[in-house]
Amino acid sequence: MPHLRSGAEGSAIGSALAETDAMRGHGRERRRLHDHERLDRRLRRSRRWQALNLGVRIFRRSLDTVMPLAVAIAATTLTFCMGLVFLAPPALRLTQCMARRERRALAEEFGIEVPEAYRPEVTVETLPDGRFRYGRRIKRSMPGQWELDFHRFTTDPAIWRDLRWLSSALVLGVLAALPAAMVAYGLIGQFVPLIAWWVHHLGGGDSAAYTWFLAAPNGELAWPAHLLLGAMLFSGTSLAPAFTQIYGRWSANLLTPPQNARLQQRVRRLTETRADALDTQAAELRRIERDLHDGVQARLVAMGLNLGAVEQLMEHDPEAAKALLAQSREASATALRELRGLVRGIHPPVLAERGLADAVKALALDSPLTVEVTEDLPGRAEPPVESAVYFAVSELLTNVARHASADRVWIDVHHTGGALRVQVTDEGRGGADASKGSGLRGIERRLATFDGVLALSSPQGGPTMVTLELPCVLSSPRTSTSYGKA
Amino acid sequence: MRVVLAEDLYLLREGLIRLLEAHGFEIAAAVETGPELQRALVELRPDVAVVDVRLPPTFTDEGLQAALAARRAVPGLPVLVLSQHVEQLYARELLADGSGGVGYLLKDRVFNAGQFTDAVRRVAAGGTAMDPDVIAKLLRSNARDEPLAALTPREREVLELMAEGRSNTAVAGRLFISEGAVSKHTTSIFAKLGLAASDDDNRRVLAVLAYLNRT
Repeated sequence: MPHLRSGAEGSAIGSALAETDAMRGHGRERRRLHDHERLDRRLRRSRRWQALNLGVRIFRRSLDTVMPLAVAIAATTLTFCMGLVFLAPPALRLTQCMARRERRALAEEFGIEVPEAYRPEVTVETLPDGRFRYGRRIKRSMPGQWELDFHRFTTDPAIWRDLRWLSSALVLGVLAALPAAMVAYGLIGQFVPLIAWWVHHLGGGDSAAYTWFLAAPNGELAWPAHLLLGAMLFSGTSLAPAFTQIYGRWSANLLTPPQNARLQQRVRRLTETRADALDTQAAELRRIERDLHDGVQARLVAMGLNLGAVEQLMEHDPEAAKALLAQSREASATALRELRGLVRGIHPPVLAERGLADAVKALALDSPLTVEVTEDLPGRAEPPVESAVYFAVSELLTNVARHASADRVWIDVHHTGGALRVQVTDEGRGGADASKGSGLRGIERRLATFDGVLALSSPQGGPTMVTLELPCVLSSPRTSTSYGKA
Repeated sequence: MRVVLAEDLYLLREGLIRLLEAHGFEIAAAVETGPELQRALVELRPDVAVVDVRLPPTFTDEGLQAALAARRAVPGLPVLVLSQHVEQLYARELLADGSGGVGYLLKDRVFNAGQFTDAVRRVAAGGTAMDPDVIAKLLRSNARDEPLAALTPREREVLELMAEGRSNTAVAGRLFISEGAVSKHTTSIFAKLGLAASDDDNRRVLAVLAYLNRT
């Protein structure tokens, strides 16, 4: 289901006002209540006018769907009845474009976010026997682009769903504009005698058109007709908000992709991110293995050899033995240093000991830049999430130091609405581009494992702002340390 | 000199006890967990505590937290913190009260018994013992500081050794120069950094650390 964001702001403001009123003294209460009613009435009135306006706009937009609908119907008919297969893809692409426009409009006008779940571009796979496969079809020769398009557009249930919306868009548009039509009708009707008189005065004849507005053929309007037209005017204005809301909901419902299309999309995404996560993991393990093999392991072997030699030398050359022992101690210190570096790369100590906020502070301290950190984390995130965010921030800081020519960086870490959000802003020269092979794509891929996203804003001349957002739940802060008041 | 020792790894704890006793220290208590350490520090009031950062039950920074809390309860209680890794963040927290009597060293500094016991004695006497790695990190994060950049290479060496907590005599010994030369360098460093000079070794070190800790 689409996510509904719009609410009754007017009544919320009203109840807030009423609450503050209740807390004040009795003296001014009546006047305040009066003020509050007036404000409420004004809000309601402005909402009605907005809704009328919106209804007209929606109607105009729905007129735009007539041509694409005709094209889509004609093209699909010709495609499936006469085999003119090249017609369907462009027509369905146009349908998709219209649906996308409507989704954007719904988000803007009603705050309803309608998800999209189209199938991705069809990829062609070469089979071992030299044939080609796309979708469920197997062909001898390499399929052409139009074939792939045809396959993609005609087999995607989400696009057929869009076509269903397109065919009812005009009806819905008329519905949305109905209140506005009622208002116009009521308004013009009131002035029919005046118009009749004016037309007459200018030398025009009587018109049967007046009867459209319940008037006599000469333009006379009886008072019950005045009353009826007035009622029309009034009900038009008061129904407008409800009608536009109904329009929004229906449109959103029609545009929401079918459940299984959304599930398919989710499965595709999970498969991709899982593969990425496994690749990253495997690469990481290989790196650790190599580091241990070339570093600590080799040094321990050398130390063992040295100690063996010391055993031999102890009796007859204590001086040489002593030198070898010093050398062994040096080697053990080096091995420790290497292990420390390795551990820091696997799981940084501050992160393990203090959590994300302090770990980011430690990063800020160790950075050559002036980094200010603000944080608001009431608890700790899951360790894998913490670790992913930590390394992302670390990489972002390195990026800033390397490319941005900035001195100052601001990092903000906080948790709101079920998501962990980290913002890294620098005052550098801007112009960062995620597609140009900076580490941003890699960060994005690693965050995707946790359904996290990365947003980049980097105009030429700066500032650059990178925002990371991951859905996550915080555990309550640990309670084991109780030294506070000791 | 009475020492409280907190270290959860048996081998390392026994090794440290042997080392300290061999150098004339008296082990007042050797504990394994954060809460035990907390109690021992406040009840036994040792001359110095040697504490591992990561201790049971949480295996996070129990040791450091206990040490910081004990220093809040008993101001100036000498604490030498040992760890597998050094963090600027923790160093700054230890130095934050500016009262001295703190140390923060990597565990492998224990290998050199002479230097290690020297550091313990220095901390017990109200001085400081900071790991060279900590000082290097502090200096790196002050890389853009102009007065620091104005120091000569020799002065920088003196500053680093001094920041580790060494007296002028010890610095002179390390750099193979006379004590007079060291004190000449020190005067120049303090003038360049705009710090008030002092004859007291500890106070000089604290002034330098406070300078590095200010950003």
